[in-house]
Amino acid sequence: MSPHGHDAHKATAYITEQDLPERPLATVPSDVIKTASWRTFLPVIHLEACTKCYVCWKFCPDVAIGIDEAGWPVVRLDYCKGCGICAEECKPRAIDMVKE
Amino acid sequence: MPRMVLSGNYAQSYAAKLARVHVIAAYPITPQTAIVEKLGEFVASGELSAQFIKVESEHSALQACISAAALGARTYTATSSQGLLLMHELLHWASGARAPVVMGVVNRAVAPPWSIFTDHTDTVAQRDTGWIQFYAESNQEVLDTTLMAFRLAEHPDVLLPAMVTEDAFYLSHTVEPVDVPTQDEVDEFLPRRDVRGLIRPGAGVRLGSFTMPDLYEEFRHKIARAMERSAEVFFEIEDDYHRLTGRHHGGPLPTYRVDDADAVLMTMGTATTTARSVVDALRTRGNRVGLAKLRAFRPFPVKEVRQLAATVDRIGVLDRSFTFGAAGAAFTEVAAALYPETHRPALKNFVAGLGGRDLTPKVLEGMFKALLKGDGPEVDWPDLKRRAEVVRHG
Amino acid sequence: MARLTIPAEEYMRSGHSACPGCAATLVMRYVLKGLGPNAIVTLPACCWTVIGTPFPTTALNVPILDCAFEATGASVSGLRAAADALGLADVIVVGFAGDGGTADIGLQALSGMLERGTDALYVMYDNEAYMNTGVQRSGATPLGAWTTTTPVDATSRGKGEGKKDVMAIVAAHRPAYAATVNVAFPEDFLKRVEKTKTIRGPKFLHAFSPCPPGWRYPPEKTIAIGRLATDTNSFPLYEIEGGKYRITRKLGRARPVAEYLKAQGRFSHLTDAEIAAIQSEVDGRWARLLALETLG
Repeated sequence: MSPHGHDAHKATAYITEQDLPERPLATVPSDVIKTASWRTFLPVIHLEACTKCYVCWKFCPDVAIGIDEAGWPVVRLDYCKGCGICAEECKPRAIDMVKE
Repeated sequence: MPRMVLSGNYAQSYAAKLARVHVIAAYPITPQTAIVEKLGEFVASGELSAQFIKVESEHSALQACISAAALGARTYTATSSQGLLLMHELLHWASGARAPVVMGVVNRAVAPPWSIFTDHTDTVAQRDTGWIQFYAESNQEVLDTTLMAFRLAEHPDVLLPAMVTEDAFYLSHTVEPVDVPTQDEVDEFLPRRDVRGLIRPGAGVRLGSFTMPDLYEEFRHKIARAMERSAEVFFEIEDDYHRLTGRHHGGPLPTYRVDDADAVLMTMGTATTTARSVVDALRTRGNRVGLAKLRAFRPFPVKEVRQLAATVDRIGVLDRSFTFGAAGAAFTEVAAALYPETHRPALKNFVAGLGGRDLTPKVLEGMFKALLKGDGPEVDWPDLKRRAEVVRHG
Repeated sequence: MARLTIPAEEYMRSGHSACPGCAATLVMRYVLKGLGPNAIVTLPACCWTVIGTPFPTTALNVPILDCAFEATGASVSGLRAAADALGLADVIVVGFAGDGGTADIGLQALSGMLERGTDALYVMYDNEAYMNTGVQRSGATPLGAWTTTTPVDATSRGKGEGKKDVMAIVAAHRPAYAATVNVAFPEDFLKRVEKTKTIRGPKFLHAFSPCPPGWRYPPEKTIAIGRLATDTNSFPLYEIEGGKYRITRKLGRARPVAEYLKAQGRFSHLTDAEIAAIQSEVDGRWARLLALETLG
């Protein structure tokens, strides 16, 4: 179990037995959990080189690359774990992994 | 209400049919097979509109029922002995997921050595799994209790799985006249649930997640509380059933001729019937003895056991199974229930009737006599075949 | 905005607990993109038990039902039966299990589900060992691979046995559909998933799922290694529909298996002779697959 799991419930109102549902049914979206602290290297996208091929979006295991209204890929910093797949797979080499 | 001649197994099948179960999943094992064969006929003929999953093991049978129940289906399965032992892991899954599965169990001895005959080891070994447990004395009780078990398991204050057990062959393969309620009566007593499963398409929910130490214990306590509440809810349900059918089986610990009794024997399942006739016979000879039938083993009827013990000086507990290294499970539960009482009757444990050994009137009479005399070991196996010269010791 | 090559809708959420670079997340993400909002996922013990985040959170926008390790196939049949009995015809039931939960402890329940003809999809995400418990060998671990229970030292050369052919076991049940998919080829992956929606009966996907910590490679290489697995014929992509085999990604000439093996720490001890033996085994399996395809 990763250490951040201990914090997951803190985003919710479950404090006592009475607050818990009768059955162990989880209903809180996991994106209340921020995984930014896992990261050592941060992807930096150089839009001037980006061809909007969305390979970075497609291969992101953390759903941490969004697409903005203009169609540019955007790193969602709260969730990116810094795995580097986007930079590795980017054909025009538009993404650098930068140490935080 | 039609009267039919039914085996205990068919009483299970008719109860499941009358309950209009949505999903049945079962795997064959002697002596349970007739239960699911009959249900298979009901489904094939269209008399019962249900999905019958022919699984490849008992383990899968119970998993299929739990998953179906999570989606809101009323589910039923049946097994026995080794099949129940294979299910053990899933018994915990069912109560943990609060899946109100109902299961018929034919009590059969466990191997080795192989035996297909009556013994309570299979279900007694499941006492810590969070299942409500009822032991039946007659085929009528099998049918009635199974219908009540559905209502109890699905009650919003309970939401726990329940098993109704019957002794192998004594009930499973013996036919008796059984009053079978009409479908209308059962529909009134047990409406098909408003289908509101926990798992609904499109909802981002998860049943059974990994849970950290700060919340796991609370979920276990919720099961404990639900089990306690089920004892109260059962009284309401049995009263309702009585109103509808005129039959009442006397709660979790029905008693017989205990009011002035010097000694009471506590039994489970079919041994009760023989013991009742032994009580009558001993009474005609001036022995003041009585009988208490442990009908519900989970939740254990602590309150009723205490009430009984308040007026009796000697209680014998007959266990048709044994907890190695301790004593019979019913005996230790009775002893634990009585420890805080000021009036504590003398207790004796009789371990007998294992692996289908007949509990004859003679054997049962010997238990009453040992109780009245107050001699012999605290935990006794009174029906062992022994050489005469060997001194009995527990 | 340029066109996306796979559906935009996301049913897997951020915040999950997977290791960086984990391909099991992509398997789930792609499967759900293909199936859409009516999917109900049942999960045994596997990496996803933890990836899916602890109570009270959940990482999917569709329901998850946790089930016993060895019982995914049974859970799938139970969900399908309930959906049919309750008139929830649109529900798509998905069993989602690892290779240990499928090829080893869950094989019986999978066989039962396939033999019963349950209308559902079973996905085995194959990271080739018990990864959630810390990299112990499974029936799906390939020959020569280091794991914590198949060490590499003076007397041991990693796993001494070959990889269990789960697709062949599945095929022996004559399912409605079975296919291999690989996270490195998302468009092909989505085609296979979408196809399962058009076929009634039991469907099986064997999903290749590289694992950075378990295979000992840096997390950014997950897709590259996945690609090499298929491009070296180590993990060919094919489908079996109505008993007919079709290779869905066929190369003019496969790359040497050594390229795939040498990219991973778990194979770093292999000698040239050992690699040659693996190459010959891969060639043999590929030839057999070509022959099966010709049978039509």
